[in-house]
Amino acid sequence: MWQQLEPLLPRVSKPARYIGSEGGMQTPRHGPDVVSWLLTYPDTYEIGLPNQGLQILYEILNERSDSAAERAYAPWTDLEALMRSSGLPLFSVDTHRSAALFDVIAFNLSAELTYTNVLNCIDLAGVAVRSAERSDSDPLVGAGGHCTYNPEPLADFLDFVVLGDGEEAVGDITAVLHEWKMSGRTGGRFGVLRELASLSGVYVPSMYEAVYRNNRLVAIEPRYPDVPPVVEKRTVADLADWPYPKSQLVPLTEVVHDRLNVEVFRGCTRGCRFCQAGMITRPVRERPAEQVRTMVSDGLRRTGYDEVALTSLSTADFSGIEQVVADTVNSAVNSADCGQVSVSLPSLRVDAFTVGVAAQIQRARRTGLTFAPEAGSWRMRMVINKLITNDDLYSAVESAYSQGWRRMKLYFLTGLPTETDPDTLGIAELARNCVELGRRHVRSPSVTVSVGGFVPKPFTPFQWFGQNTVVELRRKIGLLRDDLRRAKGVQLKWHDPAATLVEGLVSRGDRRLGAVIEHVWRNGGTFQEWSEHFDLGRWQTAAEACGVDIDSYVHRHRNSDEVLPWDHLSAGLHKDFLWQDWRDALNEVGLEDCRWTPCYDCGACTGYGIEHVVASAVPPAGGSQGTGMDLSSDGAVPVRLLQRSLAGAAK
Amino acid sequence: MSGPRLRVRFAKHGKVRFTSHRDVARIWERSLRRAGVSVAYSAGFSPRPKISFGFALPTGFSSDAEYLDVEVDPDWVLRQGFNQADTRLVEELSASLPAGMQTLAVAELSPGEPSLQHAVTSCTWSIDAALADVGTDAVSGLSDVIGVDEVAEAVSRALSSDELLVQRQRKGRLSTADIRPAVHFVEVQESIKDGVRLRADLATQPQAVRAEELLASLHPPLRVLHACRLHQWITTDASQRREPLAVPELSVAAAGAAL
Repeated sequence: MWQQLEPLLPRVSKPARYIGSEGGMQTPRHGPDVVSWLLTYPDTYEIGLPNQGLQILYEILNERSDSAAERAYAPWTDLEALMRSSGLPLFSVDTHRSAALFDVIAFNLSAELTYTNVLNCIDLAGVAVRSAERSDSDPLVGAGGHCTYNPEPLADFLDFVVLGDGEEAVGDITAVLHEWKMSGRTGGRFGVLRELASLSGVYVPSMYEAVYRNNRLVAIEPRYPDVPPVVEKRTVADLADWPYPKSQLVPLTEVVHDRLNVEVFRGCTRGCRFCQAGMITRPVRERPAEQVRTMVSDGLRRTGYDEVALTSLSTADFSGIEQVVADTVNSAVNSADCGQVSVSLPSLRVDAFTVGVAAQIQRARRTGLTFAPEAGSWRMRMVINKLITNDDLYSAVESAYSQGWRRMKLYFLTGLPTETDPDTLGIAELARNCVELGRRHVRSPSVTVSVGGFVPKPFTPFQWFGQNTVVELRRKIGLLRDDLRRAKGVQLKWHDPAATLVEGLVSRGDRRLGAVIEHVWRNGGTFQEWSEHFDLGRWQTAAEACGVDIDSYVHRHRNSDEVLPWDHLSAGLHKDFLWQDWRDALNEVGLEDCRWTPCYDCGACTGYGIEHVVASAVPPAGGSQGTGMDLSSDGAVPVRLLQRSLAGAAK
Repeated sequence: MSGPRLRVRFAKHGKVRFTSHRDVARIWERSLRRAGVSVAYSAGFSPRPKISFGFALPTGFSSDAEYLDVEVDPDWVLRQGFNQADTRLVEELSASLPAGMQTLAVAELSPGEPSLQHAVTSCTWSIDAALADVGTDAVSGLSDVIGVDEVAEAVSRALSSDELLVQRQRKGRLSTADIRPAVHFVEVQESIKDGVRLRADLATQPQAVRAEELLASLHPPLRVLHACRLHQWITTDASQRREPLAVPELSVAAAGAAL
């Protein structure tokens, strides 16, 4: 399709989004005996390309002899208009192959507001958006990623959904599809979907019936006896078996997180109650330090990147993190031609000692630091189980200022369960005090406060909580704005509460939300993640047209006996564990991290016969004992190392 | 105080031509590291690799004559034993570039050699042109396609006039500029699928003229279907010119043919 696409590219913004040709691009082998996957990220190339999940599956599927994989991203609105007017379908960026020629179109679902783009991509592929209307020769449409823990709003559009880690599941699915393809598609689409439904971790929505009574969901039941009543997530027991991506893609144009990313562990048991990722990815599985070192040095050499991020949900918790950072630095120094390499530790939960180390080795590039206290008062942080005190934060902030930082960012949530106005205003107080501390060390210190409205997520203790209304969130942001109006050095930023409302609607919605999503999409509502395209009015109109009561989905508190739309899916967590944790939250009772303390049987390990893979039996110094603090940063804490000074120090 | 500098000439064709000037800069930073070239970094708060590029190639155009100057670590030059006649570095640098980009030549610059931005005075372009008022998706047929003779007449009218006025958008304001002095040479070469192929020498100093501007100044106005930069030129004295880094025509042809 390149010949048809090429003449359109001079007429669109950022045409390099569509050319592929990245370093690390695979050479897929297609054929009648090969199951072909189109791995699709339903947002722009620059957001989607760095997605590590898709890159891992891309390599695994291309390594297998019975499968091949290519990648697609949502074309921006300018190219989409040209594609539609010239009849060009969605295409892969690798070989510019039409999407409809693939056996599987598989989406990564990382954000609810991308769902209308999922429909748009299916439609651009020339495939019916509703799975019931697809024919035997159409591609199967699948999805994976964190949002699939409640896939119900997309149940009518997805043929299958994978829960949990995809490394093994894509192989199992490929094997089933390969056999089906080789048999001349015996049993048709229905037959193969029914077979997929029996695979562990694979959910086929059409094999289940949602039962409503008095307009309330009362059950989601298998339609056939061989379909499991509950679909369990997949968990890779040992990350050491999966050293992927082996050759990370190096894009030719700018993307987010544009650096080498090495996943050092998966899962997190800190137990922050608002955090879905920490609940659904248990247990903690560390990659062996030696493998991390190899992946870093090979990756830097292969990609030419000058920055490496050691990724996880909380990287400072990795056993022996300091040593790994030091080794990364040393290897860059030893291979003299690599030049300067900076190490960034996103999601860094750091105690004073680590701050000291970071300061020592990152003199060259002192970019923004981000701390995530999440809430403004200790009481509130007890509720959400993010156990850091005000003093913890102040001492972390002060050590950063004392080492020369002038600006930092503080992340907070508002609209948390039991939140009072003093809790909210505590955010302003923390920010003011941080600036005050900074004045002792630097000239004109500044703190940017980022506030997001809290969205309760499935499979967290807060899944029963009624989300704050737009009015309430706006009022709380207004409180902060008024309070910080004259606070010199404090900038307040916030996430649009209207977008928070829609995220809440979709994140805990059931199958009836499908009609709303389709309505929004049919009326032109794509790229809803982008503020210039987001439009709450479109969603309200759609909800009204489809008879969906937004209040009841978003703002209503649920009871323990309510059937939740994801009750037929399982992340391993016992529902009564989550309920107990919810009660503990309301009672302001904290819960310790089980990787270093006895098991409290949440279900994530015991149910699957797996356990934590952690090299150190004790928490990192200062961390995790209820006094640990966060030195996390969205762009990370860059630790840039000057080759010369280090080489000098070594002498 | 500056260390040894290398000048690299490279080609850009095919899919990769849709990368921007900034993209190309980033691609080179990584490719140099992959190829093991020890690039010098600026001192200060935020060290940057010392790489400078010549005139930006518009996104979407291809080229046989792109350049960059890179300052390298003197120790690395010693270790590497860099040698003008040695083509190994050319090969290594090509291997580390994405498909469509190819290193054509590498040479060490003599100290004091001016930067590309200062030195280059004009470029030779191959320009595929079509009538400006025909949309690309028009399938209206022959009547909309302009012929070689017609364009040749338009070109000769333009070259014989005293001024060639174009509209320019500068800092949000529309102004009129005379590009005639900057148009050194234009020749109609051949008929192609939707129009004609021109070859033109356009000045880059004191102000650069774009291929689009040349075509828009003709009557009837034309638009660029595609353009390829064939050469960049440094004027040495009144009538002499040389390329920043000359390469045998053969390797340039090979670069283009590879795609």
